[in-house]
Amino acid sequence: MIFNDFSPTSSTGDLTFDERLLRRLNLDGPLLVAVMALAIAGLAILYGASNEDSSMVYRQAIRLGLSFSVLLVVAQISPQFLRLWSPWLFVLGLVLLLFTLHSGHIGRGAQRWLSLGFVRFQPSEIMKIAVPMMVAWYLHDKPLPPNWKQLFPLAAIVVIPVVLVAIQPDLGTALLIASAGAFGAFFSGLRWRVIIMLLVLLAIATPILWHFMHIYQRERVLTFLNPQRDPLGAGYHIIQSEIAIGSGGMFGKGWLHGSQSQLDFLPESPTDFIFAVLGEQFGLIGALVLLALYGYIIARSLYIALRAQDTFSRLLAGSLTMAFFTYVFINSGMVSGILPVVGVPLPLVSYGGTSMVTLMAGFGILMSIHSHRKLIAS
Amino acid sequence: MSRSDDGNTSWRWRSTAVLGVFTLAAAALLGRVVYLQVFDNQFLQDQGKERHLRVVQIPAHRGMILDRNGQPLAVSTPVDSIWMNPQVISAALGRVPQLAHALGLHTRDIMTLLRENHARQFVYLARDLDPYAAQRLLALRIPGVYTQRQYRRYYPAGEVTAHVLGFTNVDDVGQEGLELAYNDWLRGIPGAERVIVDGYGRFMQDVESLRAPRPGKNLVTSIDLRVQYLAYRALKQAVLEQGAQSGSIIVMDARTGEVLAMANQPSFNPNNRRDYSANLYRNRAVTDQFEPGSSLKPFTIMAALLSGRYTPDTVIDTAPGFYEVGGYTIRDDSDYGAINLTTILEKSSNVGASKIALSLQPQLLYQTLTNFGFGRVSDSGFPGEVAGSLPAYQSWSEARQATIAYGYGVAVTALQLADAYDIIADNGMHYPPTFVHLDAPPVGRRVVPARYAVTLRDMLETVVSDQGTGELASVAGYHVAGKTGTAHIAENGGYSANSYMSVFCGMAPATDPRLVTVVVIKRPSRGQYYGGLVSAPVFARVMTGALRLLDVPPDDLANLTTTAYVVNLGHAS
Repeated sequence: MIFNDFSPTSSTGDLTFDERLLRRLNLDGPLLVAVMALAIAGLAILYGASNEDSSMVYRQAIRLGLSFSVLLVVAQISPQFLRLWSPWLFVLGLVLLLFTLHSGHIGRGAQRWLSLGFVRFQPSEIMKIAVPMMVAWYLHDKPLPPNWKQLFPLAAIVVIPVVLVAIQPDLGTALLIASAGAFGAFFSGLRWRVIIMLLVLLAIATPILWHFMHIYQRERVLTFLNPQRDPLGAGYHIIQSEIAIGSGGMFGKGWLHGSQSQLDFLPESPTDFIFAVLGEQFGLIGALVLLALYGYIIARSLYIALRAQDTFSRLLAGSLTMAFFTYVFINSGMVSGILPVVGVPLPLVSYGGTSMVTLMAGFGILMSIHSHRKLIAS
Repeated sequence: MSRSDDGNTSWRWRSTAVLGVFTLAAAALLGRVVYLQVFDNQFLQDQGKERHLRVVQIPAHRGMILDRNGQPLAVSTPVDSIWMNPQVISAALGRVPQLAHALGLHTRDIMTLLRENHARQFVYLARDLDPYAAQRLLALRIPGVYTQRQYRRYYPAGEVTAHVLGFTNVDDVGQEGLELAYNDWLRGIPGAERVIVDGYGRFMQDVESLRAPRPGKNLVTSIDLRVQYLAYRALKQAVLEQGAQSGSIIVMDARTGEVLAMANQPSFNPNNRRDYSANLYRNRAVTDQFEPGSSLKPFTIMAALLSGRYTPDTVIDTAPGFYEVGGYTIRDDSDYGAINLTTILEKSSNVGASKIALSLQPQLLYQTLTNFGFGRVSDSGFPGEVAGSLPAYQSWSEARQATIAYGYGVAVTALQLADAYDIIADNGMHYPPTFVHLDAPPVGRRVVPARYAVTLRDMLETVVSDQGTGELASVAGYHVAGKTGTAHIAENGGYSANSYMSVFCGMAPATDPRLVTVVVIKRPSRGQYYGGLVSAPVFARVMTGALRLLDVPPDDLANLTTTAYVVNLGHAS
């Protein structure tokens, strides 16, 4: 199914009406179906996670609709146009980030939000797209693999936005932006010795990073290492989350029958910890189905990256895909207790607006890349 | 090496690396989920249950206290207390003014409570609201505000029955009076049920009942609420009119020892005990001892009759109205001359009583007083009852023996006096005073042969006559037997010249007594202080009403109209 792609060389006469429609809209059918299936399943899980709050589900559905129209619009933009505008988007993102630090809204102890009068959003979300675009833009006309001299601008493109987001502080988003940039560099053919050197550098930097971390961030790492050290305080989230997942068992307790998630024992259940709600109500089977859906989306996206025809498209598609993978892995990893708790929502399922728009825009880019391939004679 | 070669090799490696990371991550996730949901499933399920299943107590209804006719004296009504979880409500501070308004508090009061208890999860906001008010407050749906069902004790007769019934504490445990004495009978056994609670400890739903609450049993007391009201009102009026410090009254069923009424002044409102004062809570009728004065003389006379050396007509010379014993001067109010035993009681002659006492064996006098219940706690079982004091006869000096004869040097309680007069009323049989309604006649104990009791009663009838000290105790249509008592109150190591205990003890109808009543008024301050002037009218008023209420047939029809006239005169003066 993943590789059962309609060939751009085949005559349009072989296509069904649906396929013709999808082509006209520059959409990729398999990816679209998987993303929509996930989003709709997400609405059902959200209903069970929010104590059957239909207004919450309604708001999420509205967001989903808006995000989907963003996907539709972005898919129409050609990769060449995206490439041309990459630096400008990146600069806009930087300006907004600086502006956020200067006069952003403070929510839950962090300065992440910017108000445009009618809508509030997190400029850091723009960077999830803008950084991999900028990396791809920078490398698209350079000989690959990049040489030593090119490493420094590349590092600057990634590190500056990451630092600006990290000091908001928003460690989760910073991590996602960093990974998106790093994967771009990785796909550009960065030499192994350079990669190893960077990893060593990172290992050395860790204690220094620790020094600059906020106390609550250190708490989270320590709590991850031993949740029982403060079971009513910092460890509460992860213990409750593991109980919720584990008590679901093989088949789960049934939709809307999760005692931990429905009775307010599971904190942040509609947002960051929604995976635990799924685990409790739908059990191992539900978790496997969800992870399989994610796996399919990632595999299909990687396939799109592989089939991309120019460096910019390939790098961008590859890094967006790996960032999405990181996204899924960090969230499900932290909720099930194999990673420390960082504020990363479960993509397309967690309740929340801005990240949904970014994600859909990313899928729009992937679809644009796939559908705007030039007709090359084979 | 061409660039494309290098690129191709690199791409293959890179794909493998990406796939490897992908596989590793997926394996780690799957492994973790399988571990949690399959291998750790049971443990984590139990952990979950430990968090949302709770065993809670179901409060049990405390038994009612009823009067002998089934009138409720103490009832438990459901009330709701409002409490909050500061940690929850702190997230919704915007609702605090609304909460404050509903509770009739200031917003800043609640903010202070929140600040002081920010680390706690349970703080009372209001206790004992009526369930409707609590429901209205709950309907505001303010997060972190909950109710808790309890039972509150309510006493319909308020201060009238306050001392007899006592009260319970906030945990529904009897603290005083009958509530304490019969706590085990009245209290219910709380039940238990398993419930589901949410993450904030809020009750969500029942799961199963583990043990049904067992309500307490009702207690039917000997109290007759009508008589109780009558006694309380008469006592309160007298204490107010006489400017007295305090007072007690007991009405007893002469045939069974059942206490029909027991009241004290000052009293308290058991339904609102915010102003705690031990002074008001004391059931003086059983906890306060005093020197009974002349009201003890009938028992000296009883000892004389029992000695066989005296009859009611034996003459004693009391002239010149005083005499000296062991350095003390014993005085009468006036010189009564040579009078018989009946007249000694009628006029309440201290000289006569003490001369008789001195002529008796100390042991006989002591034994008689002991047999009538003085110097020891009665078997009423009322909490806090004191024994009074009656010194052993071996230690008596001549003066002590002489003064005990007219009620000095011994201390008694009002309940002891009622108990002792009840023996005279019931022809020498003793039935222990009781506060519980008796279904069957009680088992009595003979204290003195019937004829002695009847003789003494006849003598005491002369006290309540136009010649005696207790004339104001007369009741229209009934013969009344009784005795006045006026005692100086001992204080600061001597006897006070101006503070008195005014006592009247009596029974009616004297020919076949049904009721015994004791009235004690302490420190009247409006000029009158004789028991016959202060306490006897209270006795008359209570007896008049009580005998009528209980349908006791009159035994003195001939005297009905004239006596009524006398009583009315007494009221007017």
